[in-house]
Amino acid sequence: MIRALLLAILIGLAWPPDARAQVAADATPLHFESASEERRFHRMVAELRCVMCQNQSLADSNAQIAHDLRREVLELMRQGMDDAAIKSHLVARYGAFVLYRPQVGPATWLLWFGPLLLLGAGGVVIWRVVASRRPDRPLPPDDTETW
Amino acid sequence: MSAPGSRSARARWLPLIVFGAILSLLAAGVWLSRDPDRNALPSPLIGKLAPAFVLPVLGEPERLVSGDDLRGAPYLLNVWGSWCPGCREEHAVIEAFARTQRLPVIGFNWKDEPEDATRWLAQFGNPYALVLADYDGRAAIDWGIYGAPETFLVDGDGIIVWKHVGPMTDAVVRDQLLRQLDRLDIR
Repeated sequence: MIRALLLAILIGLAWPPDARAQVAADATPLHFESASEERRFHRMVAELRCVMCQNQSLADSNAQIAHDLRREVLELMRQGMDDAAIKSHLVARYGAFVLYRPQVGPATWLLWFGPLLLLGAGGVVIWRVVASRRPDRPLPPDDTETW
Repeated sequence: MSAPGSRSARARWLPLIVFGAILSLLAAGVWLSRDPDRNALPSPLIGKLAPAFVLPVLGEPERLVSGDDLRGAPYLLNVWGSWCPGCREEHAVIEAFARTQRLPVIGFNWKDEPEDATRWLAQFGNPYALVLADYDGRAAIDWGIYGAPETFLVDGDGIIVWKHVGPMTDAVVRDQLLRQLDRLDIR
């Protein structure tokens, strides 16, 4: 009882003040026909973003729109759509934002390869610093240098 | 062989260059976050045909209206619910706009109990030419609706030409909606 209360308070605190989606009051649990369907469903909703809450997956969110989208995903699965088709069905309506793992494309190249680029640049800098410190050339015979 | 002077000069400028780069990144971040609607998602439906739907009219569950029934004349679709504080906030703006009668404002009552919605309209006034009721939220998904209020402008060919997420304000009407209407030559 106390745990439920604490959980409710935590959820309340985590909720952004300007959230305008209705919080689910009539949570009707989804029923799965098989364990494999359930596994596939959970994999799908973990890869989709709740469009309302921005930092939660569809699986984690308690917003009403997340309930509706979960129900939609299950329904599309039962219509025989494959995972890619379900994702593009949602992207057509909500934009690429719904995907937790963005597609590789011109708009997301920096996102995908930026870290690699930074790592490479850092590597080059370190290599140059190390190379410049290596006494690979004999010291000039000028002994006025003090180091 | 490079002169030792040029290397040390470069080394001296490097921290300043890095600092400048970080500063410009920060400035870009601040600049990008100046927009109060920055959390609004761009709709991929803009420029596309409004999704097909068949929905009952609020208070008249047996009277069904489809997207095709609305085709042929431009309309403003305003998504609202009695549970939504932002809708209450924008209500006066919607009413003022509806009074200009430039185009009909259609209400999209989203995931609401019909009694609550009817009472809300009775209490605050009903600016809508027609209120469609999406009780289970199925049609809303096709429209890419994710929060309320949201407002769509649909032209006479049934194309979604503009969308606003969040409460409509006088500034949004003046700077965005009216400009769109002028552009479409809707008098």
